[in-house]
Amino acid sequence: MSEGEQVKKGKGTVFVQTEVCKGCSYCIDFCPAHCLEFSRDFNRKGYHYPVLGRPEDCTGCDLCGLYCPDFAIFGVRFKDLEKRKQPAPEPLIPARG
Amino acid sequence: MSETDLLELEIENPVASYLRQERLPHIWCPGCGIGTTVNCFARALTESAMDLDRVAIVSGIGCTGRVAGYLNLDSFHTTHGRAIPFATGLKLGNPDLKVVVYSGDGDLSAIGGNHLVHAARRNMDLTVICVNNFTYGMTGGQVAPTTPIGATQTTMPYGNFENPFNLPFLADACGAVYVARWTVYHVKQLAKAMLEGLRKKGFVFIEALAPCPTLYSRRNRLGDGVDQLKYYKEKSKIVNGADTKDVGLTFQGDIVVGRFVDRERPTWLDAMNEHYSQHFGEKYVPYGVSHGQD
Ligand code: SF4
Ligand code: SF4
Ligand code: SF4
Repeated sequence: MSEGEQVKKGKGTVFVQTEVCKGCSYCIDFCPAHCLEFSRDFNRKGYHYPVLGRPEDCTGCDLCGLYCPDFAIFGVRFKDLEKRKQPAPEPLIPARG
Repeated sequence: MSETDLLELEIENPVASYLRQERLPHIWCPGCGIGTTVNCFARALTESAMDLDRVAIVSGIGCTGRVAGYLNLDSFHTTHGRAIPFATGLKLGNPDLKVVVYSGDGDLSAIGGNHLVHAARRNMDLTVICVNNFTYGMTGGQVAPTTPIGATQTTMPYGNFENPFNLPFLADACGAVYVARWTVYHVKQLAKAMLEGLRKKGFVFIEALAPCPTLYSRRNRLGDGVDQLKYYKEKSKIVNGADTKDVGLTFQGDIVVGRFVDRERPTWLDAMNEHYSQHFGEKYVPYGVSHGQD
């Protein structure tokens, strides 16, 4: 996974599993913020995959994820990511010794 | 963000936990709409907050039939057209299950057409999701009972002249208690219809129009999958409560989408319990009364 690295300007970002993308363009055409575009590179199967062309416009709404027939992309809101970054609670000591 | 960041943040695609990861990537063609319906279904399952151990999914044969193999639920991939009878047996054998039939237009309305008709007539408590791409994908694009007049298929090289089924009308006429149609352009509405379908008791029929770019679109020179989604966007009209006899489809013509039917009728099990209780009174022990997950 890559392509998520963006300057934190918008409200969210996307993660793309570039190798499973089949380049159908559903995500690009139906992103309500029009912030995705095709990569210039190909993946190993020869498809162009989506990249965040306008990261400042991405809301992290995950509509791209709902459209993607190959489960290759999903969006997250930064505020949900922040919650994740909180230190995890102490792990429970496993019952088995 | 790197993969390690992702692992650290423990985030994954919200659909991932519903899929058998070891079987991915799936075999569906680029731009095939079936995968999109699976996203909608996963979202509906999340929102339903159902106990996934009590949800079973049954598919027949065909490209859509593959769904049962990819979903990480108790699932069964039946023989061609027999998803509904298998699901009926499953439901009656264990009325606590929510049984979902997920299959294609050919499997459900041609090979299994008779089962569809009778399960709807009996109001069997099943949620049927029918992905309609107007063709037989897996076997090479033969004409299906849903192919619109004028569309070219391998077995209709000069265009189809057979009158197609209007599936919502068929399901409605047979007695389904919930009937809806959406397209894979309408992802949110489709997910919502699936949620309503999961919550409804009785025979639910949801038609999801989806592109088959490899066979249907290519043979009819309609472009890629995304071009079909644009067509759905442009030509769809939402008419909730539309009379199902008016929602037939024509080749690249207008599409009426919406929730067409939502009514109450006793399910087959309810009717059976009621009938025998009346007949035998106290002596009769009702079967599967706690059925459904409501
Ligand atoms: S998360 Fe929403 S705004 Fe961001 S790329 Fe996806 S669809 Fe567009
Ligand atoms: S919708 Fe999915 S498969 Fe299609 S281009 Fe976007 S990421 Fe790739
Ligand atoms: S043949 Fe058609 S229905 Fe089957 S996977 Fe390919 S595009 Fe989808």
